[in-house]
Amino acid sequence: MQSWGFQVDALDVARWQFGVTTVYHFLFVPLTIGLSVLVAILQTLWHRTGNERYLKLTKFYGKLFLINFAMGVVTGIVQEFQFGMNWSDYSRFVGDIFGAPLAIEALVAFFLESTFIGLWIFGWDRLPRRLHLASIWAAAIGTNLSAYFILAANSFMQNPVGFRINPDSGRAELTDFVAVLTNKVALITFPHTLAGSFLVAGSLVLTVGLWHVMRNRDSADTGAYRFATKFGAWVVMVSTAAVLITGDIQGKIMTQVQPMKMAAAEGLYTTESPASFSVLTIGSLDGSRELFAIKIPHLLSYLGTGDPNGTVHGINDLQAQYASQYGPGSYTPIIPVTYWSFRMMIGFGLAAAAIALLVLWSQRKGRTPTSRWLLRAGLVLPVLPLLANSFGWIFTEMGRQPWIVFGEMLTRNGVSRSVSLAEVLTSFTAFTLIYATLAVIEFKLLVRYARAGVPELDPSPAHDDDTDDAERPLAFAY
Amino acid sequence: MDLTTIWFLLVAVLFTGYFILEGFDFGVGMLLPVLGRDDRQRRVLINTIGPVWDGNEVWLITAGGAMFAAFPEWYATLFSGFYLPLLLILLALIARGVAFEYRHKRPEASWKRRWDAAIFVGSLVPAILWGVAFANILRGVPLDADHEYVGGLLDLLHPYALLGGLTTTALFLTHGAVFLALKTTGDIRERAGALAVRLGAGTAVVAVAFLAWTLTIRASAAAVVLAAGAALALLAGLAAARVRREGWAFTGTAVAIALAVATLFAALFPTVLPSTLDPAGTLTATNAASTPYTLKIMTWVAVVFTPIVLAYQGWTYWVFRKRIGVANIPQH
Repeated sequence: MQSWGFQVDALDVARWQFGVTTVYHFLFVPLTIGLSVLVAILQTLWHRTGNERYLKLTKFYGKLFLINFAMGVVTGIVQEFQFGMNWSDYSRFVGDIFGAPLAIEALVAFFLESTFIGLWIFGWDRLPRRLHLASIWAAAIGTNLSAYFILAANSFMQNPVGFRINPDSGRAELTDFVAVLTNKVALITFPHTLAGSFLVAGSLVLTVGLWHVMRNRDSADTGAYRFATKFGAWVVMVSTAAVLITGDIQGKIMTQVQPMKMAAAEGLYTTESPASFSVLTIGSLDGSRELFAIKIPHLLSYLGTGDPNGTVHGINDLQAQYASQYGPGSYTPIIPVTYWSFRMMIGFGLAAAAIALLVLWSQRKGRTPTSRWLLRAGLVLPVLPLLANSFGWIFTEMGRQPWIVFGEMLTRNGVSRSVSLAEVLTSFTAFTLIYATLAVIEFKLLVRYARAGVPELDPSPAHDDDTDDAERPLAFAY
Repeated sequence: MDLTTIWFLLVAVLFTGYFILEGFDFGVGMLLPVLGRDDRQRRVLINTIGPVWDGNEVWLITAGGAMFAAFPEWYATLFSGFYLPLLLILLALIARGVAFEYRHKRPEASWKRRWDAAIFVGSLVPAILWGVAFANILRGVPLDADHEYVGGLLDLLHPYALLGGLTTTALFLTHGAVFLALKTTGDIRERAGALAVRLGAGTAVVAVAFLAWTLTIRASAAAVVLAAGAALALLAGLAAARVRREGWAFTGTAVAIALAVATLFAALFPTVLPSTLDPAGTLTATNAASTPYTLKIMTWVAVVFTPIVLAYQGWTYWVFRKRIGVANIPQH
């Protein structure tokens, strides 16, 4: 397709498809990870205290959780199939290593998650209370466990360990599975991702609670919403602390294993010791000229190495080093993408924490917040950590380029050779259209059910009445 | 038995489990416009599979993951080669899964009608295409010496593959009708039972024709025995359906699907994807497999976790064992 004045090939479209479908999938995953646990905590509170406020909140946030959960499930299948469909040479190259965590994820985590979520949704009147509570915990554990296996798989792409290259086949072969599962990148990415997910879930709980607190001040359920708002705000605060700590450690590990990614995050072209952190730099793309810059001296050295005077390698030196190591070619990611996505990740995350702090402050000593600006800020709150998560992934994946497996396989060598441009364009278009449609539907449903508020509880307890079982309505039905 | 054979069997078992379980889910979805005369009836149908459909679909994700881990070449060639059919299956599964969760989230009839259509199409398309895909796996596809698929979409749509698609669709329809007769009460139960008998006759003819054609393409002694067993199980299930022994009828169609899938895998072994062009392109359980080390680890994981999964998934079916009818559907 030369007609646009530039060439689009199947590789480009396959990369766009992976980017779009993965970022889209990860809009739902953080809420599923975080909200499953938060709903389980709410139900545990009800179980322990018998206070109906917590039961109402469990059912209310449970409904929002399920609207989101369905989207996470169906977009997840695409991810597993996509490796084989669009990236078959990648799949051949790493299948011996990469397939195992995916299969284990399905067997160990997805079965647990999806079976027990079914039991939880439909089991309100079918299971004893303790077992019903255990179901949501089992589903939450399954969800969080699945994150570990998929992040272990991704971490192999970031920092390949526990393998050798078979000289006959040219393929990567597993030599140490424990090394793959305990990859230092996986060990730090897991808590970082979880913390980021709880940041999203806490924000949603806060926002919905705050909206109801400010809209219906004298409703019988105001106490429940007040609790939800504070609960969400504390989850946001704790998650932010966890995101910052894990992010700091991750940055140091990434500086060791992929120094290019961290240099690209900073737009640091020349090696510096000590290196200053760029809050904002506007300059020419090749780094030859800086037009405008705000910098914090020594901070980058500290972030990257733990030593305020440590040496941080620059893009130009690393490029020269890789060219001599791997042969001629560019080993530099697209710097504006890495530079800005890194800043957006941090900026949106911190903005979310700031809003949560304001909300907590506004409710101090039982006060009811009244500021319209606070409400507006509260309403956009859940979008901020979602953006932070998305930009975090864009940074992680784009910063690894041109590699699909760092130092072992170039992205352009991983694409399916047998799939034509027309085929991958068809699939990219189809996914984009169906995903866009579903996004609108999902968002409207979330808003609708968030506004509807906590449910009225059914006055008749399900288990000890005389109604014939065959005639009794189900506690929940699709 | 060596590890590659064990994993060939495990992949076969996972797909068998998938087709038995999601087979009736697809059947229920396809029968939604036929057996569900009004909204409450349609809700009865959907709620028979409500608590379990998601867990059933994980069998597919696990089968795909097992294929990727144990036979990366098979996974890579198959998924890139069967590109457009798999794309359609994915789109169908997306629409269908969301539809179950969202159809009752708004009261408008037009909203529900759209999701009902998504459930129907989202069940019909995979029911057809899985048959087309497996018939092609058995018959072989054009692969070059590097195991790359070199055919087009039309190479996948020959008469044998289309008969395969018809067979899975018919089997899942009958299986779904039998399942509904087992899981519902009243009018729906009666009509589902009667429909199962009527569908069954046609299904038996199509399935026997497909299995016989399969055995002329490639056969082993085991495949012949399994195919005969599949036909017998189907006939026994239909006989039970006729006298409204619903539990036995469901057992019959479930065993028939299991043995039919087993027939395909038995006929295939030790090949996993034959090439119709260069014989060097043919993928086998040996040349497509991962290293023994990977297979050994995966075997341990499977040995430990498969019984646990089967236990709690089986328990779910026990928890939701009760039949449901229109009286059980809440007003809201």
